Amino acid sequence: VDFELDAEQVALRDELRRLLATSCSSESRRAAIAFPGGVDRGLWRTLSGVGVFALCQQESDGGVGLGMADATVVFEELGRALVPGPVIATFLAAGVIDGASTGTNVVGVVEGGERVVIEHLDGIDTLIVVDADGVRRVHARSTRGTVLERPLDPLTPVHLVESVAGGEPAGDAEVAARWRRDGALLVAAMQVGIGAGALEMAVEYAKQRRQFGRVIGFFQALKHLLADALAEVETARAAVQAAGVEIDEDAAASVVARAVAGARILASAAAEHTANTCIQVHGGMGFTWELDAHLFLKRSLLLDTQFGGVERSFEIMEAALA
Amino acid sequence: MRLRLTDDEVVFRDALRAWLANTLPALPPAPDPNDWTARRAYDTAWQRRLFDAGYAGISWPAEYGGRGATPSEELVFLEELERAGAPYVGCNFVGTLHAGPTLIAEGTPEQQAYHLPGILKGEHVWCQGFSEPEAGSDLAGLRTRAVRDGDHYVITGQKIWTSTAQAADYCELLVRTDPDAPKHRGITWLIMPMNTAGIDVRPLRTIIGVSEFNEMFLDEVRVPVANRVGDENDGWRVAMVTFAFERGTAWVSDLLQSQQIIADLAGLARKVTRRSGTAWDDAALRRDLAELAAEFDGLWALTKRTVSQAARTGSPGIGGSVFKLQFAGARLRLGQVAMRLLDRAGLAFDDPLGLTTGDMVKERLFAHAVGIAAGTSQIQRNILAERVLGLPKER
Repeated sequence: VDFELDAEQVALRDELRRLLATSCSSESRRAAIAFPGGVDRGLWRTLSGVGVFALCQQESDGGVGLGMADATVVFEELGRALVPGPVIATFLAAGVIDGASTGTNVVGVVEGGERVVIEHLDGIDTLIVVDADGVRRVHARSTRGTVLERPLDPLTPVHLVESVAGGEPAGDAEVAARWRRDGALLVAAMQVGIGAGALEMAVEYAKQRRQFGRVIGFFQALKHLLADALAEVETARAAVQAAGVEIDEDAAASVVARAVAGARILASAAAEHTANTCIQVHGGMGFTWELDAHLFLKRSLLLDTQFGGVERSFEIMEAALA
Repeated sequence: MRLRLTDDEVVFRDALRAWLANTLPALPPAPDPNDWTARRAYDTAWQRRLFDAGYAGISWPAEYGGRGATPSEELVFLEELERAGAPYVGCNFVGTLHAGPTLIAEGTPEQQAYHLPGILKGEHVWCQGFSEPEAGSDLAGLRTRAVRDGDHYVITGQKIWTSTAQAADYCELLVRTDPDAPKHRGITWLIMPMNTAGIDVRPLRTIIGVSEFNEMFLDEVRVPVANRVGDENDGWRVAMVTFAFERGTAWVSDLLQSQQIIADLAGLARKVTRRSGTAWDDAALRRDLAELAAEFDGLWALTKRTVSQAARTGSPGIGGSVFKLQFAGARLRLGQVAMRLLDRAGLAFDDPLGLTTGDMVKERLFAHAVGIAAGTSQIQRNILAERVLGLPKER
């Protein structure tokens, strides 16, 4: 067993974190909402430039040739920076949809085709529809819907679509299952990042904010809140990365299914609790639109609904105990 | 990152599995938990078997008679023992995991030559005399006095939570040798033979009903100066050295046991009738079990991370505190779910209706100790907040 990031993974993480600090700052990601569908194509090019979408494609196909464990490291950073746009779907579409891996084709995803809510519809080129029988690809521009004026996550516009019709097959039931499984794991990775980002923001504030003549981070009431958040995020991160390694090591399907489900259950709770902690530590300001605290919470709630939802992970874990 | 075992680790595991398969069926039944003579005999006989097979002192350096296993091999060792249902370390806990490693790091060659083989072979049982009624989380506030009298220390005071003191031959004892020095700088680490005059061990009955630990009263107990480990007044450092041996494996068997309990409870839920169906039809119960399974799985992944860090850097990093904090919470909730499921079968110990493979009532009550023993959850939170998150220190 050697279950710790290797030097390349640390370098990958640090490089991406540096890059996102400038190319996906708080201001720039809020500005991205002005782009169609909330997708910043400039940021998309930047992400594809460092190989985010081609990360797990073979080098012979122009990919980076890394595995799912590496992908969890990358998507944790995307979550931490609250990168807007359908990053998971575009990553999963690499190798299936032309242009996905190079960032020229922005790919969104939806489950089921009737009366569905779809993210980023005006900003994507291809829509992948996942259902039990398989996966089909639909030209996004031909999909009509009603824009919902008050989206939960301000950085993620949503449409109500009565019916996603047409398109062509892009994979069988097995492919659909892999979309759900890998999608669930990357959701969990982003939620670990959201937890880490929210915790960092909360800790920074606790070190500056003064009440009763002291910085509030001195008080155990705050320390213990933040320590609990740290413990949840650390445990969820270990679970997420372990699930990535299990996939890369070709572990039995039942082992992988349980690992991914467990990772998602933990990451979902860690992100939600830590985002709440971040809001509580900031007091009234944490409840305002001005700070980013609400963006961590809202993105995590949004991620909870994707790729079968965290409910599906509970069902898988219950079945694993059967 | 790698979770798979290396070829060497597979060889190690397979040999261990074969040995366990041959050895465990021949063991006598576990003794009555209140019969300390029988417990000592049982635990030390197991230690002797480990010694004869070359598994004693699994992580001790080979030059001191240990196996010299890597942290990863140690993890395999603990996992295989637990999964095979091997005896718990029991009475050998303090000797093999605490006093022994301390003597390896800080003992004199004479102390090492006498004590280390005794621990490894199961000939000597140790207990720990650290905590006092007035020195719990604030261990360095301990008051038990040791006054020099020629070539002896004369010790008077009171210790508490001294596990296995009834069965012990030696005690690793922290005493105050300089009451005027700052509290961390007036402490000395001594080897106290338990047959010395003036030691009075009084069992404390735990909420489980068993006398798992004791109060220990010391009245002018004379311990030779030659039994001192490290310098006089340097005992705090000596006590802390042991933590350098910590590899994040302290709770492995408890964790694996928790995973097994989850599996047992899930099986039990399908058998127990509730209203028109079984308890498994209760969505809330299924959800609770699934959530707990995710938590214990996550803590197993975290354990592998911590062990890997220990292997790479020699220190387990923050994983120990994170683990302890999360495990204490999850274990308590596991106990609550177990009792909900047992319903009135939980009104007596020993599983009166024969529902489960273990004693769930005992596990339910034991859970309350996890947030206290080996650093309370509150102390773990302070450690994480101050040392990891960098929040201002209280002291």
